[in-house]
Amino acid sequence: MSGFIDEALGLYNYWIVVFLMMAGFYIVVAHDNLIKKIVGLNIFQASVFVLYISFGKITGGTAPIIAEGIKIYSNPLPHVLILTAIVVGVATTALGLALVVRINDAYGTIEDNEIHSQDEEP
Amino acid sequence: MIIEHLPALQIVIPLIGAPACMLVRYRDSAWAVALVASWIALAISWILLQEVLATGPISYHLGGWAPPIGIEYRIDYLNAFVLLIVSGIGAVVTPFARESVRQEFGMRRIYMFYAAYLLCLTGLLGIAITGDAFNLFVFLEISSLSSYILIAMGNDRRALTASYQYLVMGTIGATFYVIGIGLLYADTGTLNMADLAQRIAAEPMNRTIGAAFGFIVVGLSLKLALFPLHLWLPNAYTYAPSMVSAFLAATATKVAVYVLIRFLFTIFKLNLSFGIVPLADVLLVLAVAAMFAASTVAIFQNNIKRMLAYSSLAQIGYMILGVSFANVSGLTAGIVHLFNHALTKGGMFLALGCAMYRLGSVHIRDLAGIGRVMPWTTAAFVAGGLGLIGVPLTAGFISKWYLVLGAIERGWWPVAVLVVLSSLLAVVYVWRVIEAAYFQPAPTNPVRMVEAPLSMLLPTWALIGASIYFGLDTRLTVDIAQKAAAALLTAAS
Repeated sequence: MSGFIDEALGLYNYWIVVFLMMAGFYIVVAHDNLIKKIVGLNIFQASVFVLYISFGKITGGTAPIIAEGIKIYSNPLPHVLILTAIVVGVATTALGLALVVRINDAYGTIEDNEIHSQDEEP
Repeated sequence: MIIEHLPALQIVIPLIGAPACMLVRYRDSAWAVALVASWIALAISWILLQEVLATGPISYHLGGWAPPIGIEYRIDYLNAFVLLIVSGIGAVVTPFARESVRQEFGMRRIYMFYAAYLLCLTGLLGIAITGDAFNLFVFLEISSLSSYILIAMGNDRRALTASYQYLVMGTIGATFYVIGIGLLYADTGTLNMADLAQRIAAEPMNRTIGAAFGFIVVGLSLKLALFPLHLWLPNAYTYAPSMVSAFLAATATKVAVYVLIRFLFTIFKLNLSFGIVPLADVLLVLAVAAMFAASTVAIFQNNIKRMLAYSSLAQIGYMILGVSFANVSGLTAGIVHLFNHALTKGGMFLALGCAMYRLGSVHIRDLAGIGRVMPWTTAAFVAGGLGLIGVPLTAGFISKWYLVLGAIERGWWPVAVLVVLSSLLAVVYVWRVIEAAYFQPAPTNPVRMVEAPLSMLLPTWALIGASIYFGLDTRLTVDIAQKAAAALLTAAS
C-alpha cells in the first residue's frame, strides 16, 4: 500500500499535467466567453510544456552546462522543443485575442451564444 | 551545387518570399513576389519528383547534421507527390489571386495577405518534406496560424468566428499531436521518423506507445476534418476569400491525410495500426459515415461554397476509406484521390471565385441563369462536378475505380456498393447547381453580367482541364501512387 502511495506521489508532476490538461480542455469546451476559451487553450498547452520538461529530468542531473566535477545532466532536448512550443503558443494566443477584438468590433459581444443568435437573424 | 540543396530551397524560397512581400509594401509587387516564389516552388518539386523516380528516396541533412541528431528532409514517392500537389495548386491559384483579392479586399494591405499566403505555402510544403516528427509540428503550426489569418480576411463577419473556431479546434488538434510526439520521444528517445519506426518495431507494444498512437491519430483526424471532428471546416471554407477557399480546400486537409498515412504506415506500421489497434474498422465506419452524412447535408445547402465544403468532407471520407483498406489498391486510391480531388475541388472553388467576382454572391438563387452569361465559368464548375460524382473520363472516376478494387480485394464488397451509392448523392447536389445555372431564367438586369476576366478563367480551366486530362492519362498519377502505396506497405509489414 505504502509502495503504491510513494509511486503515486513520486509521479506528482504527471498528476499536475493531467489535471491542467483536463482543466484547460474543460474550459475550452464549457465556456461561452471567447477570451475564457483562449485562457483554457493556454492552460491546455501549458500542461504539455510541463509534460515535456518532466521527460527531460534525470534524477540527480543538473542544468546541461559543461562544468568541472559534474557528470549528470538533464536532457536539454525537451527544453529546446518546448521553447519552440511556447513560441507557437504565444503566437496562437496573440492571434486568438486579435480575432476576439475583431469579433467584438463586428458583433459588439464576445459571448458565443449571443454571436450565434445574431447570425441566425437574416 | 544548387541541385543538391533543392530540398531546403523548396521551403526557403516561399519562406523568404513572405518577408519580401512585407518589404515591397505594394500590392502588385507583393503579388509578383508570391507568383515567382510559388512557381519556383513548383519547379523544384517537379525536379525532386523526377529525381526520386530516377534514383529512389532522397535524404537531405539540414545544416550538414546527420540524422537522427540533425533534422532530416526525406523525400520518397509519397511525399514527392504531395509536394507536387501543394506547389502545383499554389502555382495555379496565385495568378488567380490578383484580380480576385483586389476586388474582395479593396486596396487595404493586400501585401500582408500575400505574406500570410506564402507562409501558409511554406508550412504545407514543410509538413510534406520533413522527416522529423517535431519539425513537422512546427510546420503544422506555421501553416495553421497563417491559414487562420487567411480565413479571417473574408468579407463576411462570420469569417471571423469561423477563423476563431478553426483556431481553437486546430490548436487542440496540434497539441494532441505534440503530446503524442512527446510520449514517443519519452519511450524511444528519438524524433527522426525513420529512427522512430525502427525503435518502435524493435520493442514490444507498451502503454506509452499506445497512448501516443491515440493522441496522434485523434489530433491528425481533427486537422484533416475526419467526420465527426469536422465542425471547423464548413464555416471556414464558406466565409474565407474565394482564393483562400480554393487553396486550402485543395491542400490543407490533403497534407493532413498525408501525415496520417505517414504515421500509420511508416512509423507505427501495420502490426500496430491495424493489428493491435482495430483502427481499420474505426476508420472504415467514420469514412462511410462521412461519405453519406456530409453528402446528404451538401444537398440541402443554398450557399454553393458551403455545399462544396460539405462535399469536401465526403471526399475526405473516400481518402480515409482507401487508407482503411490497408492494401495496395486501397492505398493507391487514397493517394491518387489526394491529387485528383485537389484538382477537381480547387478548380470548382476557383469557378465559384469567378462567379463571386461578377455577382458578389454564390447563393443558389443568385446563380440562376448564370450558364448563359458566364458560360466558361459554369462549364468549369459542371466539369468539376462530374469529377466529384466520378463520371468516367474524369479524374474522380480513377480514384473511385481503385477504391472499389481495393474494397473487393479486401473482400468488403458491400463497401464497394456504398462507394457507388454515395456517388449518387453527389449527382443530386451537382444537379441542383446545373438546374439553377442552365434551366432558370437569367436575371432581368444583366448589366455587370459578363464572363470573368481571363486571368481568373485560365487558372480555373488549368485545374479543371488537368482533372480531365488525368482522368484520361493516368500514367503520372496512378503510377506514382501505386509505387508509393507498394513502398509504404512493404516498409510497413
